[in-house]
Amino acid sequence: MSDLPGPDTPDRVALVFWTLARVLAACAGFILLLTVTFLLLGIAPAEGLRSLWAGAFGDAQSGRWYAVSETLVKATPLLLTALGVTVAWRAGLFSIGGEGQLLLGAITATATVRLMGALPGPMLTLLALVMGAAAGAFWGWIAGWLRVRRNVQEVISTIMLNYIALYLLGWLVDKGPLQESARRVAQSDPLPSTVLFARLIPPAWSDGIATRLHSGVLLAFLAVPVITLLLFHTRTGFGLRLIGQNAEAARTARYPVRALRLQAMALSGALCGLAGCVELLGVTGRLFANFSPGWGFTAIPVALLGGLHPVGVLLSALFFGALTAGSGNLARFSGVSSVLIYILQAVAVLAVVGLRAYQALRARSEGD
Amino acid sequence: MAVLEGTLQTTATMATPLLLAALGENVSQRAGVVNVGLEGMMLIGAFTATLATLATGTALAGVGMAALAGVLIALLFALFAVKLTANQVVVGVVINLLALGLTGTVYRARFGQTGTSLVTAKLPVIGANLTVLTPAALVAAFGLWWWLYRTRPGLELRACGEYPAAADAAGVSVGRVRTLAILFCGMMAGIAGAFLSVGEVNTFIENMTDGRGFIALAIVTSGRWNPLGCLIASLVFGFAQALQFQGQALGLQLPYQFFVALPYAVTLCVLMMGGRWSQAPAALGRPYRKA
Repeated sequence: MSDLPGPDTPDRVALVFWTLARVLAACAGFILLLTVTFLLLGIAPAEGLRSLWAGAFGDAQSGRWYAVSETLVKATPLLLTALGVTVAWRAGLFSIGGEGQLLLGAITATATVRLMGALPGPMLTLLALVMGAAAGAFWGWIAGWLRVRRNVQEVISTIMLNYIALYLLGWLVDKGPLQESARRVAQSDPLPSTVLFARLIPPAWSDGIATRLHSGVLLAFLAVPVITLLLFHTRTGFGLRLIGQNAEAARTARYPVRALRLQAMALSGALCGLAGCVELLGVTGRLFANFSPGWGFTAIPVALLGGLHPVGVLLSALFFGALTAGSGNLARFSGVSSVLIYILQAVAVLAVVGLRAYQALRARSEGD
Repeated sequence: MAVLEGTLQTTATMATPLLLAALGENVSQRAGVVNVGLEGMMLIGAFTATLATLATGTALAGVGMAALAGVLIALLFALFAVKLTANQVVVGVVINLLALGLTGTVYRARFGQTGTSLVTAKLPVIGANLTVLTPAALVAAFGLWWWLYRTRPGLELRACGEYPAAADAAGVSVGRVRTLAILFCGMMAGIAGAFLSVGEVNTFIENMTDGRGFIALAIVTSGRWNPLGCLIASLVFGFAQALQFQGQALGLQLPYQFFVALPYAVTLCVLMMGGRWSQAPAALGRPYRKA
């Protein structure tokens, strides 16, 4: 997947043209796929598509603010975790540990707020973010360490790490030290409103409807240029991409392959941990057992469809954020579950992977 | 005594689907293919078993159709991961998504949101509250051990996972062996899924595998890629899950999450210690392209 040209590819005009062409083709493919799915389920395609669109971008009746803000809110955890996947997979580390890293980030942020409650609001928010990202980084680093020191593949170690984080969370909010003071439900107390992210849209703008767009969304967007710079304009980034493409060559060229792998896993974990913090401080406001509906896993198709490039991942996360928000509306209107999105993601990734693998095979057989 | 008996029975019930799926994954990983899509294959098996049992009225037919469905979805995996040499983790993740989406959508389209009325026949109990699949899984574990370590095809399969280039040079068709290993893995995952929906209970619930496919992946690692190791590991993981239900009756003070998480933590520690314990098949996860 890493053969996508980066911004340093010489022929920029052709690159932009082909990228646009690909995006358009993908959109057309999606609409076709949706139409077929709707027909199979006995839904009028025009109605279904309109309902999806209204859920993601609003319509004249119900206004735009709420729908668009929901799209952005849903895209945020997808964006951060998919950036995490991008960093690791670019380095040739096929981690599936985003889920555990996200959960550990949220756990640590909650614990930080509980323990450091005396600090003033903004400082506490910042500390919670840093600690949560650090915890995610540590969880990723363990998998990296197992890879470089014990030759354990990250796809295997991250499964264990996911479950340990999941059960840790389960215990902490169910009879554990982070459970609410009433001790009835498996959830934490709500975090004090002073540490939560500010809501960005005053209800006066959105016809009095409270929207959930929070300042953490900006943080996720900011991560896109940061990761782009890091991957494509620093020596570390070059090293990461090099070990992903050809670890042997990198070793021969005296790149510190082990250190780079550790850095990639830690950075990937930090981004996923940050995703957990942002969701906690921006949307849920408290910790509970089913905190993540599987973002760490959905992040993988999002990252792959974004071509493992931060800008592509941004588009892909927005697209799937819109689909998630839209399918919520579709579910109300037709009873079709939002798991429909998974089919779309799966077919899309298979199409991309299949096409690319087929081209690679053709190129190889012509080269022989 | 009744408590102990209950715990043993629950352990066997919990361990059976884990062992069935883990044995399939063991064969596929020994051939060099890591199948992260095990969870999705199980889910498709579980749903197919329910549909087929509903149609035919016999749960055994449901198990058979689930095995077939597992093979079919594994064929898709093999097409991408072996024929097109795509990244195995990508294909596995996609299979999981596809299974979750397909079963969820079809389930809701056919049985509505609640599905309370969805009750099918169940596999007959053959004794000690267990179905025929439990002893079958046990026999399969020993049979596969013998096959992998005492027969020539077993050796050839392991060679495809350790050093595919050498296996190829010795005249073994790596692609064919790996494809067959994946198909076997799909079949076992389908049966494991069927155990959940028509063996343990008599209905289908959305996402009813609930991570058991990933547990089976962990079992293959902690079982050191050996069917008998998988048998022991399945019992340990199954026992930990049984404590979730029986812990209170046994008078345990610690929270159940501790016991459920323990096998993962132990596996992780063992991997950290390194040495022979953490040695996966050398070519695990690497697509083989003929030079």
